[in-house]
Amino acid sequence: MIYLLLLLVPLLGAFISWYIRSNLRRPRILPLFGIAHFILTLTALSLRPAPAFSGWIALDPLGMVVLLSISTLYLACSLYAAGYLPSRHERSNQVLCFGTLLCLSAMTLVTLAHHLGLLWVAMESTTLSMAPLIYFNRNARSIEATWKYMIICSVGIALALLGLFFLAYATLVAGKEATLLLEPLIAGARNLSSVWLNAAFIFLLVGFGTKMGLAPLHTWKPDAYGEAPGLVGALLAGGLVNCALLGVIRVYQICMASGDIRFYQRTLVGMGLLSMAFAAVFMLRQSDFKRMLAYSSVEHVGILVIALGVGKGALWGALFHVINNGLTKGVLFLAAGNIHRSYGTKNADRVRGLLQRLPLSGGLFLAGFFAITGSPPFSPFLSEFALITGIFGAGHPLVASLLLLFLAVIFMGMANTVLPMMMGSAPREAGRVVGYRDQFFTVAPPLALMGVILLLGVWQPAPLRRLLTDAARLLEAGL
Amino acid sequence: MNSLIDQLLVLVMLLNFLGLATSRMHLAIRTVAFQGVILGLLSGITHSLTLHLALITGGIIFAKGFFIPWLLFRAMRRVEIREEVEPFLSHTATLLLGAIATALAFAFAAKLPLIPEHQGLLFVPAAIATIITGFLVLTTRKKAITQVIGYLILENGIFIFGLLLSEVMPVMVEAGVLLDLIVGIFVMGIIINQISREFSSMDTSRLTVLREEQ
Repeated sequence: MIYLLLLLVPLLGAFISWYIRSNLRRPRILPLFGIAHFILTLTALSLRPAPAFSGWIALDPLGMVVLLSISTLYLACSLYAAGYLPSRHERSNQVLCFGTLLCLSAMTLVTLAHHLGLLWVAMESTTLSMAPLIYFNRNARSIEATWKYMIICSVGIALALLGLFFLAYATLVAGKEATLLLEPLIAGARNLSSVWLNAAFIFLLVGFGTKMGLAPLHTWKPDAYGEAPGLVGALLAGGLVNCALLGVIRVYQICMASGDIRFYQRTLVGMGLLSMAFAAVFMLRQSDFKRMLAYSSVEHVGILVIALGVGKGALWGALFHVINNGLTKGVLFLAAGNIHRSYGTKNADRVRGLLQRLPLSGGLFLAGFFAITGSPPFSPFLSEFALITGIFGAGHPLVASLLLLFLAVIFMGMANTVLPMMMGSAPREAGRVVGYRDQFFTVAPPLALMGVILLLGVWQPAPLRRLLTDAARLLEAGL
Repeated sequence: MNSLIDQLLVLVMLLNFLGLATSRMHLAIRTVAFQGVILGLLSGITHSLTLHLALITGGIIFAKGFFIPWLLFRAMRRVEIREEVEPFLSHTATLLLGAIATALAFAFAAKLPLIPEHQGLLFVPAAIATIITGFLVLTTRKKAITQVIGYLILENGIFIFGLLLSEVMPVMVEAGVLLDLIVGIFVMGIIINQISREFSSMDTSRLTVLREEQ
């Protein structure tokens, strides 16, 4: 019952929003459904409902972690949208409102699906529902970004489907009845044909990795994140990325239960380090602050995948980081959206005197920068700390040192772009100033997210700790 | 029965070559459509007849053979593009690469551990060859619509592999996959329309504004 509500409430919202005529009133229903979904999520987390639909739909601790992060982020984004969209009423927001709610439903399905075929369908639906949103600004740049996103992600997801077929074939070769249900796959993982399982792992990693933006499959990401409105960027970086990561985690659960895991671990760690290296290189001289955030996203999926590859003690930190990264990206993208509108440019060299012109959005962007680069007292510091000590503890000092080195380089690269934006005096002429000033609805949501990040940095509620521990244990079970 | 299946799979692979060789857009779309119809028939004859199967077969033939090509033709009409395919790499070169890939697909497939019922059938080499053909079309053609055709050929290749285990994919999921494919092509069609409006061409080699500044 609760499952159906979680899936159908956003869907209902999508259809209602489609039929609301007024461009000014339509965005107001987004917070309504954002709040409803959040309450349903909290209810589901406390109820811990049993699996339904013959095991196809179930909410395990791993799904809970991702569902919680998505629902919180969506709530903040929907409140922001209620303030942002009416100020851009010259442009129809019908597709945007419909698309975000549809995507929320699809993302929820990703967190609930325990049949990998269903998971695939949900994942592809998130890709499709987001495509028109990237094109919100309707210019040559955004159409290019949308096309790249659409083609690269569609091909990636198609390869993931092939990976799923390989996985099913691995069960056939093992002499079992072919299945794509998660639990029987994990239980029977030891008998799976290793040739087919390895092929499945590679294709699924490439497929979901494309959607996550793991290097070298990340090429669509800076374009899409750079051209999409801040609100959509936040949902892409905090929502879709976490969904794709959950896809990788499901594959990981099966592969880790299969016995010989060295190949999987090495591939994950290698791809993670490569992603961080790419991000470090491209962030050093990045003058577009939205593209910079995209590379920061590449960096963090890299960190998460490294932690998965190492396993053991790093897992708790990784799962905590899933939540922290999603929420911090929300702050950064929403604040970046405000800055973009106030200065009429994404070029960081032309943004000066930010703290003077937009004290709140500017301050949030600065705080978000310190949080995402892992500075105390924010929660990403804690999760990265736990993750890195976990990697040292698991006996991979080289991996941990490289990770620390990349973190340092990335900190410098980002600081190089972000800090000059804050200082100086705001340009008087400033080209085509839209006349944007900080207002309640466009500042309060990212401010609230920042508050959560700060709070989690100093104190984690006991139920959250328990949830993370349960989820980490579920991941370790196969080892 | 098995010889009929193999003959159809050979036909699929020949259509791959036609897709690579043709310089006319209409023919390329018809090739993919024909491939889709064959795949629908294949899924019909590889399994025992049930209602579920009849529905899926009908759905595949309708979607891949008629609806998606109709979407593509409509996109073409709307943007009034010229007929030529315009490759980055010449047709002869891609055709040659396609032939090499098909040969390698046979060699590679022979090494894979298959269950006894599937041994000696052409499913796996045909799937691999078609997937690689899809990639070739995707990467070597300039126009947005030809890239969509490449994506469709790739999907067809994956579908051929899926025929080996359609018992695993319950009807819900298969319908979902098909629906996602249709919606995907629909969205791509809309984007193509916008590209041609913005750039007065649908040549994707013009989509080069977004890149890292040096």
